[in-house]
Amino acid sequence: MSGGLGRIGVVTFPGSLDDRDARRAISLAGGEPVALWHRDKSLHDVDAVVLPGGFSYGDYLRCGAIARFSPVMETLIEQARAGMPVLGICNGFQVLCESHLLPGALTRNDHLHFLCRDQRMSVENVNTAWTRDYQPGQEITVPLKNGEGGYVADTRTLDALEAEGRVVFRYAGPNPNGSYRGIAGISNEAGNVVGLMPHPEHAVEALTGPTTDGLGFFTSVLKTLVVSS
Amino acid sequence: MHSLDTVKHAEQTPETALPWAELGLKEDEYARIREILGRRPTGAELAMYSVMWSEHCSYKSSKVHLKQFSEKAPHSDAMLVGIGEQAGVVDVGQGYAVTFKVESHNHPSYVEPYQGAATGIGGIVRDIIAMGARPVAVMDPLRFGAADHPDTRRVLPGVVAGIGGYGNCLGLPNIGGEVVFDSCYQGNPLVNALCIGVMKHEDIHLAKASGTGNKVVLYGARTGGDGIGGASILASETFTDESAGTKPSKRPAVQVGDPFQEKLLIECTLEAFREQLVVGIQDLGAAGLSCATSELASNGSGGMHVDLDVVPLRDSSLSPEEILMSESQERMCAVLEPSKVERFLEICEKWDVTATVIGEVTDGDRLGIYWHGEQIVDVPPRTVAHDGPVLNRPYARPAWQDALQADDPARLPRPGSGEELRAATLALLGSPNQAAKSWITDQYDRYVLGDTVLAQPEDGGMIRIDAETGLGVAVATDGNGRYAKLDPYAGAQLALSESYRNVATTGATPLAITDCLNFGSPEDPAAMWQFAEACRGLADACQVLGTPVTGGNVSLYNQTGEIAVHPTPVVGVLGVIDDVTRRTPSGFSEEGQLIYLLGDTREELGGSAWSQVAHDHLGGLPPAVDLERERLLGEILVSASRDGMADAAHDLSDGGLIQALAESCLQGGKGARIVVPEGIDPFVFLFSESQGRAIVAIPRSEEVRFNDMCGARGLPVARIGVVDGTEADGTAAIEVQGQFSVPLSELRETHERTIPALLA
Repeated sequence: MSGGLGRIGVVTFPGSLDDRDARRAISLAGGEPVALWHRDKSLHDVDAVVLPGGFSYGDYLRCGAIARFSPVMETLIEQARAGMPVLGICNGFQVLCESHLLPGALTRNDHLHFLCRDQRMSVENVNTAWTRDYQPGQEITVPLKNGEGGYVADTRTLDALEAEGRVVFRYAGPNPNGSYRGIAGISNEAGNVVGLMPHPEHAVEALTGPTTDGLGFFTSVLKTLVVSS
Repeated sequence: MHSLDTVKHAEQTPETALPWAELGLKEDEYARIREILGRRPTGAELAMYSVMWSEHCSYKSSKVHLKQFSEKAPHSDAMLVGIGEQAGVVDVGQGYAVTFKVESHNHPSYVEPYQGAATGIGGIVRDIIAMGARPVAVMDPLRFGAADHPDTRRVLPGVVAGIGGYGNCLGLPNIGGEVVFDSCYQGNPLVNALCIGVMKHEDIHLAKASGTGNKVVLYGARTGGDGIGGASILASETFTDESAGTKPSKRPAVQVGDPFQEKLLIECTLEAFREQLVVGIQDLGAAGLSCATSELASNGSGGMHVDLDVVPLRDSSLSPEEILMSESQERMCAVLEPSKVERFLEICEKWDVTATVIGEVTDGDRLGIYWHGEQIVDVPPRTVAHDGPVLNRPYARPAWQDALQADDPARLPRPGSGEELRAATLALLGSPNQAAKSWITDQYDRYVLGDTVLAQPEDGGMIRIDAETGLGVAVATDGNGRYAKLDPYAGAQLALSESYRNVATTGATPLAITDCLNFGSPEDPAAMWQFAEACRGLADACQVLGTPVTGGNVSLYNQTGEIAVHPTPVVGVLGVIDDVTRRTPSGFSEEGQLIYLLGDTREELGGSAWSQVAHDHLGGLPPAVDLERERLLGEILVSASRDGMADAAHDLSDGGLIQALAESCLQGGKGARIVVPEGIDPFVFLFSESQGRAIVAIPRSEEVRFNDMCGARGLPVARIGVVDGTEADGTAAIEVQGQFSVPLSELRETHERTIPALLA
């Protein structure tokens, strides 16, 4: 990646857990991972940002509610609105919703338990910054692991998301958590900000993941950066 | 207003009566404290001695038996830190060291299942950090009362949610363990927790305070009123029938956990280690500050001065005695050179961790604790931490043991026809102990950190340590209380055998063990005999297998009234594998591969899963122990993995061959056609629990080489069938030729519905 393209930041909040894994996935896809710190406003000239999974600030109050006010998020929200690719995974998705970069909210799983399993889902929009390496309707399997993964929004929002093709991922098979309309992940209108509950960064090596289906997220964004430069 | 009981005041008021009995001390123990100090203790000193001399902290009943683990320990080049430290440390090669330990949190988990189990994880994780290691995985061996008992519905979901709630939030993959049901655990569930940590050799840290003038820093959570007397009042007494679960007075003795705080503590501690700021370190667990200050001082070269009034509190009304006894979680104590304190505090600030200099290492050999300048503790730290009472409790083989062993399962009616064998198979696979546990383990994150190579329901969990070289470790935990009840000496050896076999089955070479010894009241000579026998058995077996005990934990008083749990030694074995891509999973993956049974099958049904499921029977003798055979089997399994001869392997244990076959088929979504060898009864072939056995799936191209290897080394093997049929196509079944056939779909339904139906 000459010319500095492909520098992808991964934010560590206190309580972030899958930050190391996100950095590993970026490396495996050929990008350069850059660790970002929640108290540091600077994004250190990265080209894209991943908000990783975990329990930022202990998820006390409400998942993602406190992280949204951290110094790094001030800059990130500004940059995301200006078009920088941002991916929120699990807790990162919750932070994006709390930040109003994405609509809706994540609630307690309908069965009330934390659930860790290999989850099938279909990729319904391949025109986002993070999905261009997939085929329309492609079914992929990546780990799902959360206690509060039920996606909810009002009917008007849900209809708008569907109409605008912003339902990027939908669960295949039985709904694992009661998400409205089986929604696993969504994007903003521009398609640069994507959030989802399943963990693509845990499906990048055959040895440690159920598949390598998740690698496409990171190769996609690297291509997006080349195209848009 | 409570007036301060200073050392001076104690000297002036020798006649003041102190509540030593309420704090769990015996009369002779109190007399000894007076003798050590040459006066009556202050209230604060009494608080310290009472918790540190409790069964839980002092091991006073178990010490005389545990010393066999050191005395009989086999020589091992792999041991870097032996038994006695917070956790043992094992060399796994390439400059890496691994520390691992299993502990119990049984009593609190019964009183308050969620917090009891959660703080069990928290405590064992801090033990691992305190050795200088990054925690990389946890496992939970769990035992509950009958699966259909109403109270199990209270205890189990709470324990599982607590383990998940704490462990998931810490970002540690949960890679294995056990879930066992038996009515003997109804009033005393066993909640054990194991943690594995990795470091470089040079990063090993020990709990000692050396260097006069060095500073003692308390960091982590503020100290509150929770967990006061957890070690002495809760974990070192039996539950009386009336108190079990309902008596409110024991509830405050349970600590409350905050995993977020612990996650910060991990990162902050590891960062301080990286910068080599720390001379000595200790976590605050049972007995809180009493333990940390006295152990650090006792292990070091000098004394210690502590200003207790600067300890940050959650509740400003706490008395000095309460602060010393509090078991508030997520706290640690570090000893630093004065020049390193500023940087250490900066790191704590970075992670929003409260840190306070509470004292310093002094000349001399006294631990002095002060409250607003007045001395309230003046003790030789060794007398608190290490020279506690040692008891030679009476023990005796119980009168009922002979009758129990004479009650041979051979008299039990057994299935004869193919139809009856089929029904027995489904009954076994659907019984709570033998059913799939995924409803439980799916509540734990097994993926986080991205290095999980194998996790439940595999035989052992496996973690990659080095992504460049592929170095990894495998750990399994096992214990069979039914076997141990029939013969505690053999039962402990069988726990080790199974755990050893499980690790070897994954392809890793067993190196060392940790144990959690869960028994009844040491005041009962029968329970004490079981304990003594189990220790002797385990120490003897470790000698033969060359796997030293690195550390562990004893949990006594698992007894409600007259009802004690089965003697339950749980053994965790650690193994190393040079290249994790060579690991052997348990699921059959390729149609046409050959299924081999390794080892000898005899009629051994004492304590078996079949005898429990079919007849609710426990009697006779457990399966025979053959440690040399376990070692040979282990070598064969490791060679088969390294040389790529076996595509799948699964150990045989409770439930026998049919259980292992079913699990390998279900795990891989493949069927199997099995032929019962000549000269063996089909029922015995399928249900016996003879030890030293495993099944493997061998590609046809490797058959000759595999047979030659086993023949040359003298391990009996038999080709018993072939992998056949795919579940996705609806063609998979387990067919025992001439006997019966079960479609995999029916087997899966039976195996997977039981636990959710009982507990969801």
